[in-house]
Amino acid sequence: MSKYLLRRTLISIPVLAGISAVLFTILALAPGDPFEELATNPNVPAEVRMNLRAKFGLDDPLPLRYARWVVAMARGDWGFSFVSRVDVDTLILQRLPATLAVLGSASLLAILIAIPIGTYSALRPYSIFDQVATTLAFIGFSLPTFFTGLLFILLFSIYLDWLPFIYRADISATGWRWYWEHVRQAMMPVAVLGLFQAASMTRFMRAAVLDVIRLDYVNTARAKGLSEGTTLVKHVVRNALIPVVTLVALQIPNIFGGAIVTEQIFRVPGIGSLLIASILANDTPVVMAVTFIFSCLVVVSNLAADLLYGWLDPRISYQ
Amino acid sequence: MGERDLRMLLEEVRRGRLSRRRFVQMIVGLGLTAPMAAQMLVSAGLAQAQTKWTLNPTKRGGGGIVKTLWWQAPTLLNPHFANGTKDQDASRVFYEPLGAYDPDGNIVPVLAADVPSLQNGQVAKDGLSVTWRLKKNVVWHDGKPFTADDVVFNWEYVMDPATSAVTVGQYRDISRIDKLDSHTVKLVFKSPMPFWSAAFCGPTGMIIPKHLFQAYKGDKSREAPTNLKPVGTGPYRCVDFKPGDIVRGELHSSYHVANRPFFDQIEMKGGGDAPSAARAVLQTGEFDYAWNMQVEDEILRRWEQGGKGRADIVSGGNIEHIQLNTTDPWTEVDGERSSTKTKHPVLSDPAVRQALNVLVDRGSVQEEIYGRTGVATANFINAPSRFVSKNTKWEFNVDKANQLLDAAGWKRGADGLRAKDGKKLKFVYQTSINAPRQKTQQIVKQACAKAGIDLELKSITANVFFSSDPANPDTFPRFSTDLQMFTTTMIQPDPQRFMDQFVSWEVASKDNKWAGRNPTRWRNEEYDRAWKAAETEMDPVKRAALFVKMNDLVIQNVVVIPVVFRPRVAAISNRMRDVVQSGWDGDFWALAYWSKQA
Repeated sequence: MSKYLLRRTLISIPVLAGISAVLFTILALAPGDPFEELATNPNVPAEVRMNLRAKFGLDDPLPLRYARWVVAMARGDWGFSFVSRVDVDTLILQRLPATLAVLGSASLLAILIAIPIGTYSALRPYSIFDQVATTLAFIGFSLPTFFTGLLFILLFSIYLDWLPFIYRADISATGWRWYWEHVRQAMMPVAVLGLFQAASMTRFMRAAVLDVIRLDYVNTARAKGLSEGTTLVKHVVRNALIPVVTLVALQIPNIFGGAIVTEQIFRVPGIGSLLIASILANDTPVVMAVTFIFSCLVVVSNLAADLLYGWLDPRISYQ
Repeated sequence: MGERDLRMLLEEVRRGRLSRRRFVQMIVGLGLTAPMAAQMLVSAGLAQAQTKWTLNPTKRGGGGIVKTLWWQAPTLLNPHFANGTKDQDASRVFYEPLGAYDPDGNIVPVLAADVPSLQNGQVAKDGLSVTWRLKKNVVWHDGKPFTADDVVFNWEYVMDPATSAVTVGQYRDISRIDKLDSHTVKLVFKSPMPFWSAAFCGPTGMIIPKHLFQAYKGDKSREAPTNLKPVGTGPYRCVDFKPGDIVRGELHSSYHVANRPFFDQIEMKGGGDAPSAARAVLQTGEFDYAWNMQVEDEILRRWEQGGKGRADIVSGGNIEHIQLNTTDPWTEVDGERSSTKTKHPVLSDPAVRQALNVLVDRGSVQEEIYGRTGVATANFINAPSRFVSKNTKWEFNVDKANQLLDAAGWKRGADGLRAKDGKKLKFVYQTSINAPRQKTQQIVKQACAKAGIDLELKSITANVFFSSDPANPDTFPRFSTDLQMFTTTMIQPDPQRFMDQFVSWEVASKDNKWAGRNPTRWRNEEYDRAWKAAETEMDPVKRAALFVKMNDLVIQNVVVIPVVFRPRVAAISNRMRDVVQSGWDGDFWALAYWSKQA
């Protein structure tokens, strides 16, 4: 097991190095300039811009810039943003809580919806409940989050005027009002992301339970005289969760991807909105760091999915 | 309009036949700036009218929180590094200049005790120095007093090339600053300086504290902790700043203006897009103020009907215009297109330029695209007809274009296109990708087709078009096409820098890596002479006349075709009071005076 882990970790190093080289090249080749605003402002002399470009190493050849980035990264130095001149790790740490809070609650919401509904649908396939759940699930994952987000804003903020659509990380209220304000403003982004995830997860859950429920050991459990509830929870759902958990783990990077758009719409100050703003401002060090984190996430969640298999299903072993 | 006409106008103001505000509007219509108008009025001995505030509070604070929204988020809070207006505005919450510009372009003292002028002797007659007297009761947010040392330090900080301050353009004409006493400074200029308020006034004039920045001058400027946690003299002190997201401030209890500010807290949230920011103020009322509403006027009007807020429109100096290439973009000389060694094969014919000038239907562009947010300006001169010189009048006239081209010998061919000596009237017309711009391109293309001119439309991502990347041929300074259109900005209160985009030594070329400010590559000795004369002319009226002349030269030679004037638009809640925008300064130029109805 530990040997396997070590091997997988070692393999991921060249993978990440390759990803970073590709990312860096694409970013360097993409048109744009972090000092664009200064270029169009007649009050800023061209020398200032030239000076800044030289100072931030933008005029150096690409391989040299990449080598510099790799060496700094290996030493744990993420560099600093060209735009805010703040260290990149500080910027990311500032944004992390909002993203984790929104994504975490969304995933929790998705699980709370998907598991019971998926299981119940599978227990009574093709019933009215199943039909309705299936239809809603299909609608749910066919609608992209940026669309549902705007729809929610239009309905809940503009027509009904119930919820705010601008997310504020620091709310000045204290006590229960502070919590209430946070819940209120997080409701829409969490719902948008959570329902999107729940839609596909419900379908996975339904399929997995349908597979398991016909198996012999379920009949055995019933024949042993176990109650229907115990059979369901201990034998059916537990085994059905194996493929679902894997899928969820593999989906984590996708969820981050979806969050980018949602964060932008609701102005959630998270990693996603940081990425968009940095791309628009051609702020290479930040874009590089965030995309690199996302690619690490893909590698790590793949590994995690493989390891979870083994833990959930002891028959699978790693040699 | 020349010097004599300007003096006549001033005389009319003196006799009370023309209001001050009207005079300012006319000067702005001439392509000049309100601050220049104010300078002329002051020099003619006509006292300035001040902005009046409706609320006269008897105590500081008590107003709760004011929530503002910038759809571009501020990223840093050091005014000398500001990457655009969003950073200048965010810095202005905490930092202040010596003087601010009000909507009429008057200098309003902020950290200064009074405004220097020739009359009070603080501006030297030869224009070589100006003396500022500083307000005495000003303290920084950390309690330290504000003194002349801080002013001197800011100049030193900016002038250090290693600091790479973006404000250096405003300060480099100063040869030294003398500290006369603890609260008086004398700025000595290298040459006569008609626009002596460039330094220390307006958005680029904010002053940072010496005691917190002196250890971080030059190379170490990025490391200053105060870059992220500003300590200024402004009405609010910094509570929290998250780059790219939010700026929060709380009342500065020893602010130097009595009984101000009104609000206890201020919040400036950033990010998102302009339309939803407009919604947050006009429709839901979640926010009190939103900056730079680049939203179609039709939509703004619809949302205004909700009665929660209004779009506040104030004229500034943004001009959407079409540039005509003087050089040949289709011939490469020494690896450079649009080289100054070439001449445009077709656009060098003045008749073609004149014809294009009457083919731009500015009226329709305003009516169908911009509404209140883009006012048709056939040229810079919009003043009442009696002051408009006949040869710079604007019109949309397809027949006239046809006549002009016929007379110049451009004959229609079988394909309907005009040609002469085998050269066809076919141009490539580029601009950035932006819905109103593409619509404008269509309007111009249709009109040109009627006159036998074919326009090929090209749209380039804004990221590329406005970049300064010397390697990319599609940027506006490279100008590798016949025509191009974009907005040029004259937010700065003096046109000197703005007008350098037509001087011969600023021509963008391979030699200066296309950093030159003159993309049309137009060169004209008369213009160059006028520009140089204006740089040191101390008589404001004579100087204004020089700028009028420069404008006329550009318009008469159809170097550019102005399309619309784009005023600044902000969304303001109807409950807010005394939120006065100035087209010549940042949105927060008078933040200390803002208040709100309960």
